[in-house]
Amino acid sequence: MSAPTTARLIRVHTRYQFTETVRIPVAVIGTMLFPSLSLLFFVVPQPFAHDPAAATAATAQLAVFAVMSVCLFTYGVGVAEDRALPWDVYLRTLPVGPVPRLVGRLLNGLAFVALGLVPLVLIAGLLTAATLPPARLAATAAALLVAGVPLFALGVSIGYALSTKAALAVAQSLLLPLAFGGGLFLPPDTFPAWLDAISTWLPTRAGRDLVVSATTGAGLPGTTLLVLAGWTLLGGSLAVWAYRRDEGRRFR
Amino acid sequence: MEVLARTVDVTRRYGSVTALDRVSLDVRAGELLGLLGPNGAGKTTLVQLLAGLRRPTSGSVELFGGDPRDPARRRRLGTTPQETGLPATLRVSEVVEFAAAHFADPVPTGELVARFGLAGLERRQTGGLSGGQRRRLAVAVAFVGRPDLVLLDEPTVGLDVEARHVLWDAVRAFRAGGGTVVLTSHHLDEVEALAERVVVIAEGRVRVDGTLAEVRSQVPARRVRLRAADLPELAGVERGSRHGDRYELWTADSDALVRELVEAHVPFRDLEVATASLEEAFLALTSAGVTTTPSAVTPVSR
Repeated sequence: MSAPTTARLIRVHTRYQFTETVRIPVAVIGTMLFPSLSLLFFVVPQPFAHDPAAATAATAQLAVFAVMSVCLFTYGVGVAEDRALPWDVYLRTLPVGPVPRLVGRLLNGLAFVALGLVPLVLIAGLLTAATLPPARLAATAAALLVAGVPLFALGVSIGYALSTKAALAVAQSLLLPLAFGGGLFLPPDTFPAWLDAISTWLPTRAGRDLVVSATTGAGLPGTTLLVLAGWTLLGGSLAVWAYRRDEGRRFR
Repeated sequence: MEVLARTVDVTRRYGSVTALDRVSLDVRAGELLGLLGPNGAGKTTLVQLLAGLRRPTSGSVELFGGDPRDPARRRRLGTTPQETGLPATLRVSEVVEFAAAHFADPVPTGELVARFGLAGLERRQTGGLSGGQRRRLAVAVAFVGRPDLVLLDEPTVGLDVEARHVLWDAVRAFRAGGGTVVLTSHHLDEVEALAERVVVIAEGRVRVDGTLAEVRSQVPARRVRLRAADLPELAGVERGSRHGDRYELWTADSDALVRELVEAHVPFRDLEVATASLEEAFLALTSAGVTTTPSAVTPVSR
């Protein structure tokens, strides 16, 4: 008999991680609910909630925020936590490379992002003027995926490079600057010129612009795809470097 | 004989600490190699290098003819997780099936759990098992992929006598089927019960490497106690200590030592010769600051 295929190992690792996560659901509920709560408290009561374009953009921004927090916490802190467990040491002795485990993580992250987006979209649809024509649904999903790639790479880099405590600190200190600076909480057209100039080069801003463009049809700045590609390359290289040097816990 | 795994001149440092110092070791097909040594001697680091968990600082490590960090090289390898590390929310059968999914021809779950005395517990979450049951599950998964080589790092720590014997029987059955085992332990009786080849590691170096019988005959297993005002240089003494006029000497050959004392006209009294347990002898051999004369132990390079 031959060794299991990569596709089969991906299935096995995806199911294993999903089972492990859903048996302690509290761990992901916070990450999943925060964007919906933000929408409920910071967007719904505002006058612009009745403006379809502004409400749709605000929802899109929070959707990118949902993706980012899963990337930084589920991947960043989650990977760092797993690496500290003796079980992870055992997993690294199994005949399996990094791909099935990472793809398993990716698919699980996507599942939880999707679960987190359900209440967000429901609240936006019922309580604000935000609209998403069915024709734009596929483009929006694709835009969220593309926006998530550099953030995923960044999260994985943090997870493999740092200890649990350091990963948590780094994820927390990146979360708000990336969110505010990228225009995920306040729309960038309210930014002063200097902040807008910095914001343009952040992965969250490029991701936000892409998703807002996909949902509302707004024009896309020329820098967006370049910035996303650049961060993907940088984050990807960092992640590969961090994975290669990882030996689990840094003591014997 | 086919070599399944080897280290060649391997040194591993952690910062300023040298865990392994130029260790060369072959693991040959079909043998049960017992790695003995005090805590912190480097046993675990050696096992981790063989499993591809760590890279050597210098030297090279080979597993089934390649780099153990390449996943394909680990298809014929079985290792055991620490029992404290089993995912607490997963069921026994889920843990076994998850591990099994990585191998071409795994042992069916029911057969494996029965072999390790875990039948009837398949639906239990591992967090709800007793310490001994978790330990047995942890060892069981090492065998799920029908490996050729199994690395067992302290497999019976914290087990009661009965559970230990269940594990020993499983290891013997695996050996009877042609399997190869590297076992670390700081319990000598475990190594005596299972191993044919014993490697003693202390302070990052291989101190003894030989068959159980060879090692037994060559470690300083006799303890000679006597009182004397002073002793001359004695050839056969591996290690000695002195409290006032009381001497305690360790030697491989107490007859020769006594003859030497008599021929040197040493005015000794209260002579006492005892056979130490192998455990005591190894402790004597591996305790810090002990110098062993190379001629007294089986040569390390063969």
